[in-house]
Amino acid sequence: MKILATYNIKGGVGKTATAVNIGHLAARDGLRVLLWDLDPQGAASFLLRVRPRVKGGGAALIKGRGDLDAAIKGTDFDRLDLLPADFTYRKLDLILDATKKPTQRLARLLRPLGDEYDLVVLDCPPSISLLSESVLHAADVLLVPLIPTTLSVRTLDQLTDFIAGFDGHRPKVLAFCSMIDRRKRLHRDIAERLPAERPDVARTIIPALSLIERMSLERAPVTAFAPRSAAARQYAALWAEVAERAL
Amino acid sequence: MVEAFPHDFVLAGDGRPPEDVVRAAIAPRYTVAPDGRPRSLRLTWLDTFDCRLRHAGLTLLHSVGSRVSDYTLTGDDGEQITAEAKGLRWPAPADALPPGPLRARVRPATWVRALIPTARASALVRRFRVLNADQKTIAWLTISDMSAPGGGAADLAPRLSVTAVRGYKAQARRIIRALTAAADVIPAALSPLDSVLAATGRRSCDYSSKIDVKLTPEMPARSAMQTVLLRLLDTLEANVPGTVHDTDTEFLHDLRVAVRRTRSAIKLCGDVLAPGTAEAFRGEFKWLGDVTTPIRDLDVYLLGYGGMAAALLAATPAELTPFHDHLAQRREVEQRELARALRSRRFLDMTKAWRGALAAPPPRRGMTAAHLAADRIRRADRQVLRRGSAITADSPPESLHDLRKRCKELRYLLEFFASLHDPAIHQQAVRDLKGLQDCLGEYQDGQVQQHEIRMFGAQMMAEHDVPATALLAMGELAGQIARRERRARREFAGRFEDFASAASQRRSRALTSGAG
Repeated sequence: MKILATYNIKGGVGKTATAVNIGHLAARDGLRVLLWDLDPQGAASFLLRVRPRVKGGGAALIKGRGDLDAAIKGTDFDRLDLLPADFTYRKLDLILDATKKPTQRLARLLRPLGDEYDLVVLDCPPSISLLSESVLHAADVLLVPLIPTTLSVRTLDQLTDFIAGFDGHRPKVLAFCSMIDRRKRLHRDIAERLPAERPDVARTIIPALSLIERMSLERAPVTAFAPRSAAARQYAALWAEVAERAL
Repeated sequence: MVEAFPHDFVLAGDGRPPEDVVRAAIAPRYTVAPDGRPRSLRLTWLDTFDCRLRHAGLTLLHSVGSRVSDYTLTGDDGEQITAEAKGLRWPAPADALPPGPLRARVRPATWVRALIPTARASALVRRFRVLNADQKTIAWLTISDMSAPGGGAADLAPRLSVTAVRGYKAQARRIIRALTAAADVIPAALSPLDSVLAATGRRSCDYSSKIDVKLTPEMPARSAMQTVLLRLLDTLEANVPGTVHDTDTEFLHDLRVAVRRTRSAIKLCGDVLAPGTAEAFRGEFKWLGDVTTPIRDLDVYLLGYGGMAAALLAATPAELTPFHDHLAQRREVEQRELARALRSRRFLDMTKAWRGALAAPPPRRGMTAAHLAADRIRRADRQVLRRGSAITADSPPESLHDLRKRCKELRYLLEFFASLHDPAIHQQAVRDLKGLQDCLGEYQDGQVQQHEIRMFGAQMMAEHDVPATALLAMGELAGQIARRERRARREFAGRFEDFASAASQRRSRALTSGAG
C-alpha cells in the first residue's frame, strides 16, 4: 500500500480537486483506493456526496477507539472509498498532541489497511501543524500544488528542507504547477521554467479551468463527469507522471 | 437480522420492465439511475469434481464479456472477492488463478483437485444505482436475464441483486424490505448457480465417491450386492473422462478405489450373484486394477514430492530435481498407456457387460441382505483377528502385507453394508479398524517405496547421466522412508491390541449378530 498526500501550507491551491481526481483515476486503473478527507471543511466528502461525519469524531479515530474500517464509505465509483471529514478534525492537532509519538500516529493507524487498499490518498488541510507533520511522516509521496508565485516556490523549499531533516523515512516530494492561467505571462513563464529547473516539479501542469470549478456543482471528479475534457486529460497526465516518477 | 449482500430476488413480471417495478417499490425515498450500458456476459461456474468449493460454502464464477473477464468468489455469508481473469482455459488447477486474496481462499479449499466448469449460462446484465436525496449511490442493483444452454429461458426469471455500497448497509436493508413487500418481487430461493442447474434438469454436487446406497435387511442378498456394485460401477465410469484427460490425480484415485472395492465384493460376496458372474469378471477387474497401478504409484511420489524435498537434511531440494523430472517423464508415458486402456474396446465391452450382469433377477429363495452382511463381516473379522494374533516381532513383512489386505476387505464390507447398521456402531467399528490400517499402510508403503527408489535410481542411471548428488539425495529420501516404516512396525503390536480389545469385539458382535 502506498500513501500519497496532497499538501500545501496555503489554501485554495487545488489540493482537494487533485486528491479527488487522482483518487478516481487510480481506482479507474484498477487500484483499490481510500481517500481520507482530513480537512474539517469536508470539501472532498462534499464532492463525493458523502456526509462529513464520523462516529465518535476525529478523537475516536486518532486514539484508536473508533473503528477506522467502520467509518469508511463507498463512493459512487468502483474501488474508490472515502474516509469522510468530520468537523471535529479541526482539533486534530490537540488530539494528536495527547498521544504517544504523535508524528507517527497516522502511519500506525493506516498500516492495518494494507491488505485492503493499494493506495491511500490523504487530502490535507492547509496548515503547518502537528497533523501536517504526521502526514509527512506517513506519506510515501507528497503531491504539492504550486500556484505560480515566487512565494510558492519559497514555501516548497521550506518544505523540502524540513523533510530533509527527518530521520529514517522521508516522503518523495513532487510539486506541480496548479491553477495556471495561460493568458498571464507570469503564469506561463513559471509553468515553463520550474519543471525545467527543478527535478521535484512535474512536467504536467493543471490549468485554471472553469470545468474544475464545476466539480462542486456536479459533485463528482472532473475525470468522471467530463472524462474527455482538457481538465480531465491534464489530471490523467499528472496521475501518469506521479505513478511513473513517485509510486 | 443482518442481511447478507448481495441479496437476490426473482422478478415474476407482469410485462413491466423490471427497473420500473423496482422504482415503484422504493420511491419516493430513493431513486434509480442506470449505470453504463447493458453487458452480455458468458458465465461459467467453477468447482472441483467433488464440489469442494460448495462444501466450503464458496461459489466461483468466471464472467466474460466484450471488455471484461473476471472471477467472483462469493461466500455463503455474501462476502465477495473479485479478480481480473486473463486467458485461462478450464479445467485448470487453482494455482492457475491470478495471485491475490481470491486465489488464497480458493486454493486450500480445492486441495489437489482441478477447477472444472460445473454450469454455464449467458446473461444480459444491467446495472443501476440506487440514489439517496443527495444523489449519492447507496446500493447497486443488478438485473440479470439469464439463459442456460439447453434450458428453457422461461424457467429462468429475471434476477435482481441488491448490493450495499460500503457504509450504507442500513439504507440497503430498507431497500430490501421495500422490495420484499412489493408484488412481483420474490426473494430468490435458489442461487444463480442452482437456478441454472435446475433449468437444465441437473442437481448440484451429485458426485460422491462414498457408497451411499440404502439397503434393507430383508432384501435379497443378490439385490443388495447388485445395488452396491452398480453404485461402484457408476463411480468408476464417472471418473473415466477425468482420468483419460488427466484433469487431476484424484479421478484415477477414485476410479482405483471403485475397482478395488468391486474386486473385494466379487471375492467376498460374488457367490450371491448370478452363477458364473464372479468368475467371468474377476480377471477383467484384475486387469483394470493392474493398468492403473503404475501411474498411481508415481502420483503418490509426485503429490508428496514438495514435503519430501523440504524434509531433506543433508541434501538440498534442488539436488532432488532429476528424480522429480524422471518421475514426471515416466508419468507421461504411463498416462498415455492408461488412457489407451480406458478407451479400449476391452474396457468398454467389460463395463457394458458388467452392467448387464448386475441386472440379473434375484433367486426366489435365498439369503437376505442382513444375513449376508453379518456372515461376511464375521468371517472377515475372524480372519483379521487370527492372522493379526499370529504376528510376532520376528514375523516376515509378508505376514503384515497379508493382514493389510484382510483389513481392507473387512473395511469394504463395513462400507457396503453400512446402511444396515446403527450409524454410531458402524462409525466406531470403522475407527477401530482405521487405526490398524493406517499403521499397516505406513509399513507396507515404506517397504514398497524403498524398493521403488532403488528401481528408479537404476532406471535413471541406465537412461542418462545422473548427477551423484541426485542419487545421494534419493538415498536420503530412502532413509526417511525407512525410519517411518520402522516406526510403524514398532507401533503395530499396540495398534492390533486396540483393534482386538474387548470393546472393539463387542462392536463387531453387534454388527454380526444376525449371522448363522
